[in-house]
Amino acid sequence: MNCAECEILIHALLDGELDAGHTRDVEAHVAECAACAERLKAFRAMRDAFAAADLKESAPASLRGRIEAALPAIPERTGTVTPFVRPSRRSFFGGFAAGAALSGALAASLVLTVFRTDPEQTIADEVVSAHIRSLQPGHLMDVETSDQHTVKPWFDGKVDVAPPVIDLTALGFTLLGGRLDYIDGEPVASVVYRRRKHIINLFVAQRLGTNHAFVGARTVQGYNVRHWSAQGLDFWAVSDLDAEELGEFVGKISAALHPSSGS
Amino acid sequence: MAGYADAEHDRARRFRDAALPHLDDVFTLARYLMRNAADAEDAVQECYLRALRHFDSYRGPAMKPWLLTILRNVCNAEFARRGRQTVASDDPPESGAEDVPLWQEPQASPEAMLVRQHDSETMRKLVAALPQPFREILVLREINDLSYQDIAQVAGVPVGTVMSRLARARSMLRAAWNVAEGAAS
Repeated sequence: MNCAECEILIHALLDGELDAGHTRDVEAHVAECAACAERLKAFRAMRDAFAAADLKESAPASLRGRIEAALPAIPERTGTVTPFVRPSRRSFFGGFAAGAALSGALAASLVLTVFRTDPEQTIADEVVSAHIRSLQPGHLMDVETSDQHTVKPWFDGKVDVAPPVIDLTALGFTLLGGRLDYIDGEPVASVVYRRRKHIINLFVAQRLGTNHAFVGARTVQGYNVRHWSAQGLDFWAVSDLDAEELGEFVGKISAALHPSSGS
Repeated sequence: MAGYADAEHDRARRFRDAALPHLDDVFTLARYLMRNAADAEDAVQECYLRALRHFDSYRGPAMKPWLLTILRNVCNAEFARRGRQTVASDDPPESGAEDVPLWQEPQASPEAMLVRQHDSETMRKLVAALPQPFREILVLREINDLSYQDIAQVAGVPVGTVMSRLARARSMLRAAWNVAEGAAS
C-alpha cells in the first residue's frame, strides 16, 4: 500500500467501514510510515472532536408544529399540489410541479425498495414502533438504574420470562434500566442501553409471532434491527446506531449469554 | 366515508411516527446546505410535504437517508431556480472562492485540535465554510451519522467518490482548523 491509497483508507478505518483485509493493510502501512501515522492520529482527534461537539441542531418548535399540525389534513393523491399549510411567507419553494421534482437519485431509491409482508416484518415494524414510542419524553424507563441486580428482579411477575440483564458498561454500552412494553399484544421486557447518544432497546420475550427461529438484521424506518434466539428466548435489538455497532452490541450480549449459564 | 377518514388518519400517523423522529437530522443538513435559517425551514417543510406525498410508494430501505435525499433535492432545485452554482456540482470549487481559507499545507497539531475540541461554534463555522460538495459529505458522515452506503445514496454518487470526497473534506477541515488555531493563539 502506498501513501495515496492510505490517505483515503484511513478515513474508512476510522469510520468503521473497512473490511478486515484492508484494515490489516492500513495498519501495516501506518506502522512504518510516520506521515500516515501522524495523519491517522490527527483525524482520529478530529473525529473525537466532532463526537464531543455535538453539532446536530434542533428543529425550531414552530417548524415541527407546522408540519405536525398539517398532517391529517392532507388529501389522498389528488394530483394537485396541496401545501402543508398556507403558502409560506415567501414563495421560494413554490415553483415546483408535483412529481417533476423527484430526482434521479430519489427515483433510484424507490426502485431499490423491497416490499415485505412476512410476519417477521410485521413484528419488526412493531418492535421499531415500540422503540420510537420509548424515545418520547418520560417513556424510556420504568426502572432506572445501572445496577443489573435491580433491573432483573423488577421484571418478576410483570412478564412471563426472566430476561437476562447484562451490564456492558465496561464494554462501551451503558445499562440505563428496564421497561415493560407490549408487542403483538404480549407483554415483553425491554432492557435499555446507551452508546454515546444512541439508545438501544433490547426486547426479550418468548417467541414473538413466528414459530421458527429467525436470525437476521434489517432496517426499518431508518432504525437498525437485529433479531436472534437463544436459551428459548427471542431477542430483538433496535437502535439508530449504525449496523456495525449494533452488531457489536449483539455480539457482546451473545458472548455474555453463552459461556456462563444464565448469570 | 368513515373508513376513508380512518385510512387517512392511519396514514398520517404512520408517516408521523416514521418521519418526524428524523426532523432534527433533516433540519441540520438543511442548515448546512442553505446557510440561513429561514431558507432551511422552508426547505425542510417542502421536504416533508414531498415525503408525505410519496409515502405510499416508500418501502424502505431506510427513512433517514430517504428524507435526506429528498431534502437535498429540494435544496438543489432551489439553487438551480436561483441560477447559482448547484449544490450537486461534481467539480471541486474554483480555488479562488474567497470565503474559503483552505489549502494551506497542514501543520500537524492534533494536540491543538484536542485542546479546542469543545469549541462547537468554531467547528460549526469551519464546516460551514467548506465548499460543496465536500461540505455535504462531511455533514452526512459526522453529524447525520450515515454509513458510506447511505451517503452514496443521498449524494447520488458511488461509494468510492464518497470516500475520496470525505478524505478531501477532512484534509481541508484540518488545514482550516490549523489556520484558526494560529489566529487564536
